[in-house]
Amino acid sequence: MASITLDGLAHTYRPDPRGPQDYALKEIDHVWRQGGAYALLGPSGCGKTTLLNIISGLVVPTRGRILFDGRDVTRLPTEARNIAQVFQFPVVYDTMSVRENLAFPLKNRRMPREAIARRVEEIASRLDLTPVLDRKASNLTADAKQKISLGRGLVREDVAAILFDEPLTVIDPHLKWQLRSSLKELHRALDLTMIYVTHDQTEALTFADTVVVMHDGAVVQTGTPEELFERPAHTFVGHFIGSPGMNVLPAQVEGRTAHVGDVAIALDRAYPALPKGERIELGVRPEFATLAAPGTGLPVTVTRIEDIGRARIARIEIAGNPAAAMVPEELSLDGDRAGLTLDPRQVHIYADGVLVPGVPAPGEAAGREGAA
Amino acid sequence: MTLELDHVSRSVRGVPHIRDVSLRLERGSLNVLLGATLAGKTSLMRLMAGLDVPSSGRVRVEGRDVTGLPVKKRSVAMVYQQFINYPSLTVYENIASPLRVAGLSRAEIEERVAAAAGLLKLEPYLGRTPLALSGGQQQRTAIARALVKRADLVLLDEPLANLDYKLREELREELPRIFASTGAVFVYATTEPTEALLLGGQTAALLEGGVTQFGPTADIYRRPANLATARVFSDPPLNTLRVTRQAHTVLLENGTVLPARGALARVPDGACTIGVRAHHLEVEDIAAAERAPGGDGLIRLGATIAVTEVTGSESFLHMDMGETRLTALVGGVRRLEPGAPVEVLIDPRHILLFDADGRAIAPARDAAAA
Amino acid sequence: MDKPVNNRAWLLVAPVFLIVAFSAIVPIMTVVNYSVQDTFGNNQFFWNGLGWFQELLDPSTELGGRFLDALWRNLLFSAIILAIEVPLGILVALSMPREGWKVAATLVVMALPLLIPWNVVGTIWQVFARADIGLAGWAINALGIDYNYTGDPLAAWITIVVMDVWHWTSLVALLCYAGLKSIPDAYYQAARIDGASRWAVFTTIQLPKMKRVLLIAVLLRFMDSFMIYTEPFVLTGGGPGNATTFLSIDLVKIALGQFDLGKAAAMSLVYNLIVLALCWVFYTVMTNTGTERRQEENPA
Repeated sequence: MASITLDGLAHTYRPDPRGPQDYALKEIDHVWRQGGAYALLGPSGCGKTTLLNIISGLVVPTRGRILFDGRDVTRLPTEARNIAQVFQFPVVYDTMSVRENLAFPLKNRRMPREAIARRVEEIASRLDLTPVLDRKASNLTADAKQKISLGRGLVREDVAAILFDEPLTVIDPHLKWQLRSSLKELHRALDLTMIYVTHDQTEALTFADTVVVMHDGAVVQTGTPEELFERPAHTFVGHFIGSPGMNVLPAQVEGRTAHVGDVAIALDRAYPALPKGERIELGVRPEFATLAAPGTGLPVTVTRIEDIGRARIARIEIAGNPAAAMVPEELSLDGDRAGLTLDPRQVHIYADGVLVPGVPAPGEAAGREGAA
Repeated sequence: MTLELDHVSRSVRGVPHIRDVSLRLERGSLNVLLGATLAGKTSLMRLMAGLDVPSSGRVRVEGRDVTGLPVKKRSVAMVYQQFINYPSLTVYENIASPLRVAGLSRAEIEERVAAAAGLLKLEPYLGRTPLALSGGQQQRTAIARALVKRADLVLLDEPLANLDYKLREELREELPRIFASTGAVFVYATTEPTEALLLGGQTAALLEGGVTQFGPTADIYRRPANLATARVFSDPPLNTLRVTRQAHTVLLENGTVLPARGALARVPDGACTIGVRAHHLEVEDIAAAERAPGGDGLIRLGATIAVTEVTGSESFLHMDMGETRLTALVGGVRRLEPGAPVEVLIDPRHILLFDADGRAIAPARDAAAA
Repeated sequence: MDKPVNNRAWLLVAPVFLIVAFSAIVPIMTVVNYSVQDTFGNNQFFWNGLGWFQELLDPSTELGGRFLDALWRNLLFSAIILAIEVPLGILVALSMPREGWKVAATLVVMALPLLIPWNVVGTIWQVFARADIGLAGWAINALGIDYNYTGDPLAAWITIVVMDVWHWTSLVALLCYAGLKSIPDAYYQAARIDGASRWAVFTTIQLPKMKRVLLIAVLLRFMDSFMIYTEPFVLTGGGPGNATTFLSIDLVKIALGQFDLGKAAAMSLVYNLIVLALCWVFYTVMTNTGTERRQEENPA
């Protein structure tokens, strides 16, 4: 059990880094709380795997320190770190039975035989592996193999943290649900620090209490799923989280009105101090943009309507800019003209991609604070 | 062309891989093969391509029997889950390679490659080699190479599975448009129900080597003909309840007795199964909410929360009702503690009803409107 | 993968059957014909029935004893070769670099001995190991060890074994290297996290994953060493005495040296049958491991 502290961590794979662009991981300070469920979310090449490898001890960072419970482990090898890891592709020892697989880390650490047997039984029953304990590990399905890899981490009582590197990649959708809920249940029952690396927002958001979004080697936002969803700190977060992602439209802001082309959009907050000369954009999630009959709200053009089963999503154009909006169940449209209503509290303004907090309008501030 | 599979089966060393599949794929159509890993998607594609020969049944193209005709003599292109390109050739040469093999004139090759590259937004990368590209661009190259042949049949075997979530979303959005611009028969295998819905076209639901249903994608999602299809085509998994009709009441497996009125009047005598999709379950926190007065026609079931998953905009609530696990997808952020007692509300209009053999019972129009 | 049933395929392979018939079956029938006859030259043949075979399989006869001795020599040689080359090949493969320019350099150096024709290898070692002018032979003698492969059977054996190890260990190493390269990094990482020792990594990950290529290596090396001819023929000519007279060498001695075509024919047939039987054993072992493997990959 441990909290993990990243202290000014940075890493480059180049021997002669010339600038920040040469760093796979730009400076990071972060504390992973003991017992927390974290997700590290970002596209491939964003540095999340590098960070994971630094935590597990496979990579020694160029700069900075990593502390487990205040103890500097920056240069400690993997095996001395009390961490466990589940990989993208199931790693099982082919020649061994499930029982031997689970016992392997304990055997290597020379634990007494009876203690191993007891511990293996206990973890197997937690993971529903008891019926297959004596089967050969290589003959099992991918999801069972992933459970074995996880089990090899869990059997160790000294484990401080479990790292997951896109563990559901090779699992079928309906099994993903099962495996994900059993992970959550385990986390709750065992009070372990878990760090889950993925490019899949649904996996990250549903698994974690705190999601760390990475982009280009840097952390762009850390927050709860709600925070990431409702107040993306960066247009990248808005785009990356949500399906479809946030609508980001070039805008000009005057007082409490934003202009997208010739369409005027009312804002909930004022932005008196917008930096000059920077790219100003307006961001609103499709979930807060609802299509309506022509004449209501903003005029838009509908290019296509997608039916995803439980909802319909309209691909629209606002003053020539592509965007997405939700289509209410009862709405039916003739032709490609429609109206669009936005929830003003969920309309955000970004300068050069970064969220501008804005000033709540006087008089309304008290009433809106709680809601926003 | 039209491709017809007529009672096709295939066994390998006595193990059936494909069981009695009959499908008719029309010219210019997009057909999704939806099923879990090992459901037979790839096996079926190999039969369509002519890479394998069926143990029984016939394969026809434009009515002509081509069973046993090798793949070389058919007009087929294939895209795989792995990004398969010639690593030493540029993107341009990769796309042009099937045309060079076919011995087309220089001018024609140039024209076709330019068209395919334009369609897949590859123009800026034509001079690079595949390994210098992102996964998305590599797969675009592979798709372009498949399209440039103008094959009659284009098979895509989970083409987006190895891509990042966002890249997948981007390419998935473009694919229907790309497919529509050619006249070929497209067959697209996927494990993800959402992907099938987004692609549209027709879907064949596969389970254990057999097609459980084939029809327009939205139709078979809304009106599955059987329990197997409903299960294959549900993400999150379909919630199922076993019920028994006794005269004027319907008895649920957990002992709840409901009057057989409204949508439940359709429940036939004896045992059957009710299926409800996750987004059709409403959940009320018993501790917090005052009980709404009865008589609103909703089915109410008691359950306990097992796990909650919050995505920021929605919440997945996994609940236990006796031995049955229920999953609800509800809007907004609902953080309910495990063990919390809740009431699950089901609007009877949204239920799917299956008889003891798993066949859908008179699909109600109300349910279809869901 | 199963091939479709197609009877036309037989028609297409018919020419191959014809060629094989003329190139293999007809000569073999000639050998069978010789094996039941005796000859004293002048192209005169006498019927001998199964006489040669009886003699061959009876160790108390001159021919039988000779055959058994040579057979033992062959088996001993193959056993020694495998016992040295397989572990050594694995060891070399394990210590080969995994990335960088060194990979290409190592591979080229490793491949070099494999590119040299057998008789050249024999000649190289014949000169190299000579006690009077050979570098190795001279050096060993200079160290005070009495070494002369033309006179001392043990020295002759050691020379042939060392020569074969030099020539063929690369093959085993390269095969093992290919097997090792196919193991994903995640396995090594997992093993480190599980606290596995270097030896445990070898026995639980590397060896199981190398099993298939190792089988191929063992098969190739066994077959090849069991049929060894050229190198000892060039190096020692089967001597000193009969110390390095393997079956193939003895066969040539009888057939061309003594012109006992009947004996030689019977001997070559039995030799052939032994090789076939061993082939079959290996084939069975290998296909069994193969099916296990397929079931693993396709649990359905």
